[in-house]
Amino acid sequence: MGFLASMWDLVPDVLQTIIVILLKIVAILLPLILAVAYTTLAERKVIGFMQVRLGPNRVGPRGLFQPFADVLKLLIKEVVIPAESNRYLFLLAPMLALVPSFVAWSVIPFFDGGVLANINAGLLFLLALTSLGVYGIILAGWASNSKYAMLSALRAGAQVISYEIAMGFALVGVLMAAGDLNLTKIVNAQSGSIFSWFIWPLFGLFLVYFISGVAETNRAPFDVAEGESEIVAGFHVEYSGMGFALFFLAEYANMILISALTSLMFLGGWLSPFQGLTFLTDTPVIGWVFGNGIHWLFFKISIFLFLYLWFRATFPRYRYDQIMRLGWKVLIPVTIVWIFGEMIAVGLGWKPWL
Amino acid sequence: MTFVQFLFNIYAGITIAAAIGVVTVRNSVYAALCLILTFFSSAAIWILLEAEFLGIVLVLVYVGAVMVLFLFVIMMLDINREQLVERFIKYLPAGIAVAVIIAIEMIVVIQRSAFDTSEQYKAVAQNAPDYNNTEALGELLYTQYLYPFEIAAVVLLVAIIAAIMLTLRKRAVNVRSQDIEKQLRVRPEDRVRLVKMKSGQ
Repeated sequence: MGFLASMWDLVPDVLQTIIVILLKIVAILLPLILAVAYTTLAERKVIGFMQVRLGPNRVGPRGLFQPFADVLKLLIKEVVIPAESNRYLFLLAPMLALVPSFVAWSVIPFFDGGVLANINAGLLFLLALTSLGVYGIILAGWASNSKYAMLSALRAGAQVISYEIAMGFALVGVLMAAGDLNLTKIVNAQSGSIFSWFIWPLFGLFLVYFISGVAETNRAPFDVAEGESEIVAGFHVEYSGMGFALFFLAEYANMILISALTSLMFLGGWLSPFQGLTFLTDTPVIGWVFGNGIHWLFFKISIFLFLYLWFRATFPRYRYDQIMRLGWKVLIPVTIVWIFGEMIAVGLGWKPWL
Repeated sequence: MTFVQFLFNIYAGITIAAAIGVVTVRNSVYAALCLILTFFSSAAIWILLEAEFLGIVLVLVYVGAVMVLFLFVIMMLDINREQLVERFIKYLPAGIAVAVIIAIEMIVVIQRSAFDTSEQYKAVAQNAPDYNNTEALGELLYTQYLYPFEIAAVVLLVAIIAAIMLTLRKRAVNVRSQDIEKQLRVRPEDRVRLVKMKSGQ
């Protein structure tokens, strides 16, 4: 160890910071990619269970190695580029879809102080980044030179823009309650007990946020952008091999991101639901389980991920005009009324229940 | 050259190159993408100036919403190139006149500020490490500039209502159209009548 430490001291300061930051990025991204891989397996298993099937069970014990088999299959498949497509944009589009969904993780706090970039305007940054993912879809639709992909791109564009407004308004509610845009401070504003989480005073906004989050990630029941009964597979109909895999990686990373944000902003992130109950947290060996920690954040994220899968297994797909109606005529009025009420509460200084 | 200056040069270079790309590339989708790149690098320059709120909002509003709609429209256009060239020549004199006026205006403004090294135009002092641009902007907007801010909001509202009124058209009286509320309110009892029949009839 002493040798390693002296080697480390030889490295110049600037390089040291860069190496540390790179290691942190790897420490966030590797588990994220693994989580994405196992979310795909969980989705097939959970939906299989709900439909009284077994789901994948051939590769490895209980099908646990299925994601790796899928990745290997997609990696060695040929990447087909359609003859009349726009070559550069066709190859660029999957990357444009993937990058914002990974970059957003740079401002997510995993525990108090456990964040790559603790920036002031974290909430705004996230809102800006989640709105960029749609470029990948729109460009994929256009560059494929396929009618189906084009229709899907138009649908996805209109849908994401409509639901972004409701999403932004829901975030305004969180911002008013926490009094800050920094995500760590937003979580710390919810500390106290389970009753000081923002889900209680902001319940309507919580529902609006999660519903718009499902719509933003183009997941069922809002997945008209890939409605296989109408437009084959939507924007990625011309993609094969790794291009197709990148779109899926982006979609699942976005799902996990939305789940993480919902838990951070409404369910107190890493805060334990048993906070304040000292007889539990002071238990000798297992006391840490009841205390605050990253495990509670993971638990909350998995709840929302399960909801995603549950929605997919049980809800029929929305009709396009009904999606637009839900976004503009239901969710946005709900947020406006809720923010108005919250404004009065904050103005009158009703702090505990807003 | 400090690191910040180095970054500024890179972003400024990308901004200028992308802006030139917007007016020179042939494919209109590429032009829109170049414009997005321009917005992005200008946002980066703003963040270098410690104006992170403006930078992020530029990305959020222009890149995240306005340019998506732009691309939307451009993708659906089928542009006839010959007609385009014809029109380009027709409007060239007017275009040159506008460009010259803009250039003169820019030169007048820039001569005043950037190249004047007198005390009045010195570089802005660096803010303290805990300076919060978002908070500072909010405080100014809601105290000192409250009325202009609110009036600007009302002007935008008027514009929205005007745009909606322009596109609103009354449907003809006897046309059947879907009413989603009505469709959602349908119950099975209104539609299905279960009839019990005696067996063996």
